This record gives sequence, structure tokens and C-alpha cells, in this order.
Amino acid sequence: MADKIYEAGVQAGRLSAEVYDTHFSDLHPALDIHEAHVAADRCYFCHDAPCITACPTDIDIPLFIRQIATGTPDAAAKTILTQNILGGMCARVCPTEQLCEQACVREAAEGKPVLIGQLQRYATDHLQKQGIHPFERAAETGKHVAVVGAGPAGLSAAHRLAMLGHTVTVYDARPKPGGLNEYGIAAYKTPDGFAQEEVDWLLGIGGITIRNGSALSRDITLDELRGDHDAVFLGVGLGGVNALDASGADKAGVLDAVDFIADLRQARDMAAVPVGRDVVVIGGGMTAVDAAVQAKLLGALNVTLVYRRGRERMNASPFEQDLAASKGVRIVTHAVPRAVHGNGSVREIEFDYVDADMMPTGDTLRLAADQVFRAIGQTLEGDHLPALEHRKIKVDGTGRTSVEGVWAGGDCASGGDDLTVTAVAEGRDSAMDIHAALTGGNA
Amino acid sequence: MADLTTEFLGIKSPNPFWLASAPPTDKEYNVRRAFEAGWGGVVWKTLGSEGPPVVNVNGPRYGVIHGADRRVLGLNNIELITDRDLQTNLDEITRVKADYPDRAMIVSIMVPCEEQAWKDILPRVEATGADGIELNFGCPHGMSERGMGAAVGQVPEYIEMVTRWCKQYYSKPVIVKLTPNITDVRKPAEAARRGGADAVSLINTINSIVSVDLDSMSPHPSIDGKGTHGGYCGPAVKPIALSMVSEIARAPATAGMPISGIGGVTTWRDAAEYITLGCGNVQVCTAAMTYGFKVVQEMISGLSEWMDEKGHRSISDFMGAAVPNTTDWQYLNLNYISKASINQDDCISCGRCYAACEDTSHQAIAMSEDRTFTVIDEECVACNLCVEVCPVENCITMVQMAPGTTDPRTGRVVEETYANWTTHPNNPSATAAE
Repeated sequence: MADKIYEAGVQAGRLSAEVYDTHFSDLHPALDIHEAHVAADRCYFCHDAPCITACPTDIDIPLFIRQIATGTPDAAAKTILTQNILGGMCARVCPTEQLCEQACVREAAEGKPVLIGQLQRYATDHLQKQGIHPFERAAETGKHVAVVGAGPAGLSAAHRLAMLGHTVTVYDARPKPGGLNEYGIAAYKTPDGFAQEEVDWLLGIGGITIRNGSALSRDITLDELRGDHDAVFLGVGLGGVNALDASGADKAGVLDAVDFIADLRQARDMAAVPVGRDVVVIGGGMTAVDAAVQAKLLGALNVTLVYRRGRERMNASPFEQDLAASKGVRIVTHAVPRAVHGNGSVREIEFDYVDADMMPTGDTLRLAADQVFRAIGQTLEGDHLPALEHRKIKVDGTGRTSVEGVWAGGDCASGGDDLTVTAVAEGRDSAMDIHAALTGGNA
Repeated sequence: MADLTTEFLGIKSPNPFWLASAPPTDKEYNVRRAFEAGWGGVVWKTLGSEGPPVVNVNGPRYGVIHGADRRVLGLNNIELITDRDLQTNLDEITRVKADYPDRAMIVSIMVPCEEQAWKDILPRVEATGADGIELNFGCPHGMSERGMGAAVGQVPEYIEMVTRWCKQYYSKPVIVKLTPNITDVRKPAEAARRGGADAVSLINTINSIVSVDLDSMSPHPSIDGKGTHGGYCGPAVKPIALSMVSEIARAPATAGMPISGIGGVTTWRDAAEYITLGCGNVQVCTAAMTYGFKVVQEMISGLSEWMDEKGHRSISDFMGAAVPNTTDWQYLNLNYISKASINQDDCISCGRCYAACEDTSHQAIAMSEDRTFTVIDEECVACNLCVEVCPVENCITMVQMAPGTTDPRTGRVVEETYANWTTHPNNPSATAAE
């Protein structure tokens, strides 16, 4: 095999073009019509269905599945999108095995839930591929709302506000809208430019302007936004990355996993993305798994994911952990980084094994490493933000912050899991509250 | 292993599974393959009079009602009787019967309601060596427009007349195939018996339009934008057929008359059910058209295994066993009281029982915050709907209340004695109880 998988150091093009194509194609290929009908037929149409309760956006899952089963996928899509305007992305990235599919009664009965995520994708793709935007914008209210962050929370809020007739300007720091959908999700979960397609489709509602390259605190301030708009929604995400607390952590080759993931997503050709032969990822969440799996798919020979606690404490779902293992990622638990070794660039990383109380056991582990990816959590960045709680913007149940006229949602806000679907729900709910506030109601 | 050998009207076959008169039995090639696959007998697809054969449409002939995963639940067809030359069919029947003497070979016939027509064809059929004939008085489409098929089967006097001709000009058993497209199936059965028929077979297909194309506004199957009713068969018609079979088995005027059961026989179990309602054998078509001839092997092994399990040594051991238990509503025991019972270990908390009972029945199931579903005995009338909509088999069962206990719904003590509507005080024409 001509692949350069055994060559040391950080190199691009370790695998052949065909292999890259396979590695970065859809993780779950789309269901065809027959598969969708067979899968849909398994739904029991439960009374007060547990899957709906489990969905952070409360999608009426039995109804949309029945609409698929009866040959009306566009009606199904509308059922989904009414609750979750990013239903297409959520169908791809939701940890369904921990949400709707875990709650599915057929999971309880047979260990085989209805394929809710894939059915949702079937319906939303069907509609989106026709370029149909199923909602109409209400008459203009004359109100102008600023949304900061064009990620799942911001886009969800912007769409709902625009639909209700408000004018929305979305400010985003990055060159492209989408937030984590565009920059922060493994390439094989959303290939073929889906994230941008979805944003374009979402903007079909009208009334939304996106200003890219506008970062809060850097290019715009909250006070300015408050002055120029009737309301502000903050969906800025977590832009900072926690530092690695180990000696030698400043050596070259010690990188942020989020940057690696973003570079992969923006790469036109995977063969051009360099990766080490020996890669170590530190962390236990989705970001760590996405980085580790993709390092492996890029052609790294040895990829080790090191987490400080046991597997049961990892934020990455069991499904994600199994996915990593199936791709050949070695998972090491109960180890914390102690020192990064190397002459200028990282060559090795040394860990202390720790017990359940995080106390070193005295045993250590040394791993060869051409690259070390930090995935040990992200933090909120920015100055003059509303009051914080647990290092996030403190919000009430409808997203209101400590500052009058400012709402927040998504990863930057307190409460809720840091999931795409949760961000969509929070954006939507804040939008409804903003609408009520702007139109005289005070719901 | 149980002996599946069947003797129906003196005609022996190695098992009770015959292929019905239909496309699978239209020609020698098919029938030989069917016999090789193990079918006990065939009813050769209906022959018409000498002369230019009928023609079929050159567009689609079938339409289907699909269940999950495109399972064929009901099949509709607009095909006519054989469109091949009479002599060709007769020659093939002769050859196949000679090569498979142990299999039942019945010839289905449909000729005009004139004595001469029957007088002409019957000797030729007799010459084939076939074991008997079946009179097609059931085909509901096309042929009925020409005064044959169901058009005859809907007039008992015609049935009696034609049957009599057949008994006169043909020496072997005559089976009259009945149409279900009639108000009371006992009347044509009685007519057949009066005419001297050796047996009846039922049901033929049911008038049907399976669907309408909502774009072209044509019934399906559509022939150049137009459709016509066809004949419906397959698993969906089994309940209708079983009921009609039971009526003939129970009616004094037809009781004891041999019956060949037809209608949606798909598995050994379906066949066993027909036999318990008085059939001497069954005829199959849709299952073969869906799965091919091999499907008979499951029917043979399944029936045989069940018979072994139950200690039945031959088909006659259980033939008609369910007939005495098939009665009129008025004789059902009103003192038999049961209540639904949900096995919480098996329950998957889907709530279908709750939705069905709460929305459409008796509000007799309670739902808790944590999705535990329990039966409210004070409201439960034991309708069985929850049992039937529950996706987990046997999770909900109907439990009989013991005599002497009190039914919380009515507050009345459950009586041990049998009592039916004929003696019930609410019945204006009740006969006084002792």
C-alpha cells in the first residue's frame, strides 16, 4: 500500500483520494423511500409519546412519522420545522440514542428504537431539496432585533423573529454563518455543504440580514446593539478554549481540537490536511471524539483519546464512544496530562493515572505524539456581557438576561445541555418572548 | 408425523392444499411445477366453450392493498377465464393427470347457461381423466357481464339447473364454486345441493376497487385511464370467507355438505381454521402468487406439526371441530364476565391501550405520571380493544371473573349458570326463565 501511514511527523496526504472520499462520506447514508416507509411503519404512534417529551424542541415525532408513512414527507417536514427550524441538522447531529430514540418504546421492547433521526432527515431533506420554504413571514412589525451569533441558537431565534414580522440583523464573528454547524461538527456528520445549504434555505423566510466578520466586543458592543435595535439576542457560543495545565503545553503541535475540526470542515481536499502519525486527544466530550475519529480517518496511525475520569462520565455518548472505538481510536481513562515532552515540537506526552478522587496513583503513561489536541472544554469570551452564572450568561426560563432588552441562548447561556437541539429550542423560545415583549404582551 | 392425506369426495390427495382455479393453474408448465413443489391438487383455471377463446386486457390486471413493507394483504384482479384454446387445455390436463395420478385434478368450467353448452364440454373434460369439475359461478368481472360466472351464482335457480345438467352429463364429483357477492350465501349453497352437487367451494372473489389514482382519477388497475371493479382475494378476505363457510356448515339445509375452503389461505394456520369450520380441504391462490409454489412446504410442515402436537392423526380428526362452537349472538353466555389485565412486566408504556379506551371506548384504563397503565375494573366491559391494539402480544389479557365474585362495574355477583339474551329480562320477546 502506497499510503504514508507509517511515516512519522505531521504529514498531509497519508491516504489515497478514494479512501478519503469513503472516510468522509455520510456516516448514516440517507434512507431511500422504501427504507423510510419500513422504518416509519415501526412507529406505534404512542399516546403522549415519550419521544416527544425527550426532544428538547418537542417535535411531534409520531405525527411526522405517520406523515412519512402515508406518503406526505413535506407535511412531515413542516411538522418538524415548526418546532425546530434546524431539524435537518439536528437529524444529523442529535445524540438521538440519548434523546428521542432512547425514549422510544421499541427501545424498551426490543432494544431497537424507531429510526427517528434518520426519518427526520428523510422528511427535512425531501422538502429542502425542492427549495421549498414552508413558512410565510407575517406583516412587518417595524421592530428591529439584533441577533449575535449565526449558530443554531441565533439562527433559530432569527428565523422565528423574522417569521413573526420583525426585521433581524445577525452579527457573526466568522466569515460564514452556521456557527458550530459550519465549523464545529465532524465532517462525516454533515458532508456536501449541508450546513450552508440549510442556512440559505432558512433565510428564505426573508427579513434577515447576516453581517459576517462582526464579533461582539471586538467589532460591536452590546451597548451599541441595544441602542440601535429594539431587542438583542445573544447566541455567541463559547469562543474560548480551556488551557492545558501541564508543563511544556506551549510546545508546537499542541493544538485546539476545535480549530482542527474547523479546518477539516473548511478544507476542500482532505488530502491537504496534515495529521500526525501519532495523535493524542485530551478530553471526553463530543469535540474530543470528533477530533480523534477524524484524525484516524485522515490517516493517523495511532490515535489515543485520553480522559481524566471513567467512560461513564464522558460527555460523549456511548454511541460516540463506540464509533471512536470502531474507527480504531484507543480510549484511555483515568489519566491526566502531566508534561509535554519534545524539543520545540511535541514528541511525547506524559500522563499521571488518577483514582476516582483524581489523586495520582503513582503510575504514569507516556504516549508518542506528533500532535496533541486539547478538547477539555470551551469558555465564554467577551467583555461587558450581562451577569454570569457558572461562567455563562445567566438567563431565566425564557432567555432573559440581567440586562433589559437582552436575551441569550445556546451554549453561551446558563441552563440546558450544550447540544445543537437545545440551542435551537432556546433560540426559538427567546424569540417568542422577545416577540411578546415587543408587541405589548409580556408573556 | 400426522397423515395429511385427504379424501375429498373420494378424490385422494397427499395433503389438503389445492391450488385454486386462477392464473397459477392456467397451464401444464405451472401445474407440473406446482406438483413438484408439493401441492396436493389443483383446480385447473376455468375452461370456456369451444371456439375462439376469451381475450384479456393488455394492460395491468392486478391491484394490491399493501401492508407494512409492501406485504400483500389483498389482491384484486380483472383477469378472465383461460384465454387459451380449449383443446390445448384438455390435452395438457390429460398429460399432467396421467403423470401425477396421486394428485387431485379438478377442472373448472364456465360455459353459457344453456344445456347444450354443458352437454358439449362435459364429455371432453371427462375424457381427460381429471378427478372432478368445479363450476365457476363466481367470477365477478367481465364474464358476469356476459351472463356467466357470478351472474349465474347470484340466481339460485340457475345454479340448481346447471348443477343438475352437470350431474346428468358427467359421472365424477361436481363442486359448485360460490360467489360472495350475494346477500345470503346459504341460498346458492342450498340450490347447489338441490341440483345434486357433491360439494361447494367458497369463496370466489369479492367485487372490489382497491384504489383510485388521485392524479389520473382512474381506479387501479388502470387501463388507458379507465378502471373496472375486479375480484378481491388474499389475506384480507379470509374473515369474510370463514364466516360464509361457517354459515353453510351450520345451516340445517346444507350441514354436512362437503366444503372446499377458499379465501386468503396464507399459512398452515389459516388452513387449519377453515378445516375446523367444516372444510374438507382448502384452495390457495394469492399466497402462491405472492411467494411462489414453495410456500406450500411451510403449510405442510406447519399443519403436520400442529396436528402432532394436538394428537390429530388425520384431517378428519378435527374437521368441523369449531362448528358446534359457532353460534348466534343470542346464545352467547351473558353471565361470562371478564376484565382486561395488563402485565406490567411486559408493558412498554406506548399508551395505545389508553388512547383507544379513553378516546373510543369505556375510559377503563388509567395512566399515571410515570406512564403506568392500569385497568379500572369498575369501567371495564371487557371489550378486548386494548388487547387487540397492544403491540405486545399477550401483554394484555382478558381474565374471567370467578363465579361468586362481584363485578365492580355492575355491583352484581357473577353467576355460575349460563344465561343468554333469549331469556334476558331486557329482551321483549324473551321466553320466561324457569
